[in-house]
Amino acid sequence: MVTNVTSLGRSGLYDWVIQRFSAIILAAYSLCILASFVMNPDMDFEKWSSIFEGNAMRFFSMITLLALCAHAWIGMWTISTDYMTSLQLGGSATFFRILFQAGCVLLIAVYLLWGIQIFWGN
Amino acid sequence: MLVSIYRYNPDTDDKPFMQDVQVQLPEDKDLMVLDVLELAKQQDPSVVYRRSCREGVCGSDGMNINGNNGLACITPMSSAVKPGGKLVLRPLPGLPVIRDLVVDMSIFYKQYEKIKPYLINDTAPPAIERLQSPEDREKLDGLYECILCACCSTNCPSFWWNPDKFIGPAGLLQAYRFLADTRDTADVERLAGLDDPFSVFRCRGIMNCVAVCPKGLNPTRAIGHIRSMLIQQGT
Repeated sequence: MVTNVTSLGRSGLYDWVIQRFSAIILAAYSLCILASFVMNPDMDFEKWSSIFEGNAMRFFSMITLLALCAHAWIGMWTISTDYMTSLQLGGSATFFRILFQAGCVLLIAVYLLWGIQIFWGN
Repeated sequence: MLVSIYRYNPDTDDKPFMQDVQVQLPEDKDLMVLDVLELAKQQDPSVVYRRSCREGVCGSDGMNINGNNGLACITPMSSAVKPGGKLVLRPLPGLPVIRDLVVDMSIFYKQYEKIKPYLINDTAPPAIERLQSPEDREKLDGLYECILCACCSTNCPSFWWNPDKFIGPAGLLQAYRFLADTRDTADVERLAGLDDPFSVFRCRGIMNCVAVCPKGLNPTRAIGHIRSMLIQQGT
């Protein structure tokens, strides 16, 4: 049976608001990256890495990474609870859904930890 | 004209099948789909479907007509079938079929029941009636006209995926009808009952409900108003 237990906010409103806010952050970050390419037509690795050396960009990247994780989880949770229900998969739906959700959590956790390492590591 | 009808009798058929029936239509009239179905039934009286008022008021004959949900009694053949085409009639999608074009609407009514479709007012009743200003009464236009034919909810993928949790466009239109009613005092309780990830927020705004509503209503707009009320209450 599909339940709210694994939902991020346990509330439709929270999830809905988080998804919209995170989308705005992701859009702003995308524009920021796009602008950095436009302003640096001769972009090379040195310039690219110097962009991310400032604390402001690191914080912005970190916030974006967190927004991406929240956005991805809400989206994948919604997909799994739409398409992986007992109506579609019968009695084994809960097993496959939790397996799928666990895979998503693992992938998102890897993205998050890897991102922290990239932005804040040496 | 060729009429293709979905047939299924769980007592005798292993699986559903489409039955073609040849019907002679008068050339000078644009018949309604229900009229054509009645002509088909004259040829095969075993065809089963619901119908009652034959004027789009009772909502009994909601069915899938050439891929679109609609009321057979108010859908003209000229709009349902292209010239030279055939009429294809199936039951409303997403609900269990009882027989032929008749579906089990229990889950649809269960969702409707969830939204408490009646006025709740805990103040002392006045001597005669609870009055409304004409402006407040106008807020119910486009909401109260729903006849619960289920054409919208059964055309909504979110309702197909989670019919036991997503209220569906018909139920949510009625939910907003009572939220918008100035005589109702249970807004907080009503909204609290809708603030889970499924009841309202499974609506993805694809607007199939608006496209098929035989009464020309707009459940998507009502759902948007419910979301706004939830945001206002929650922030």
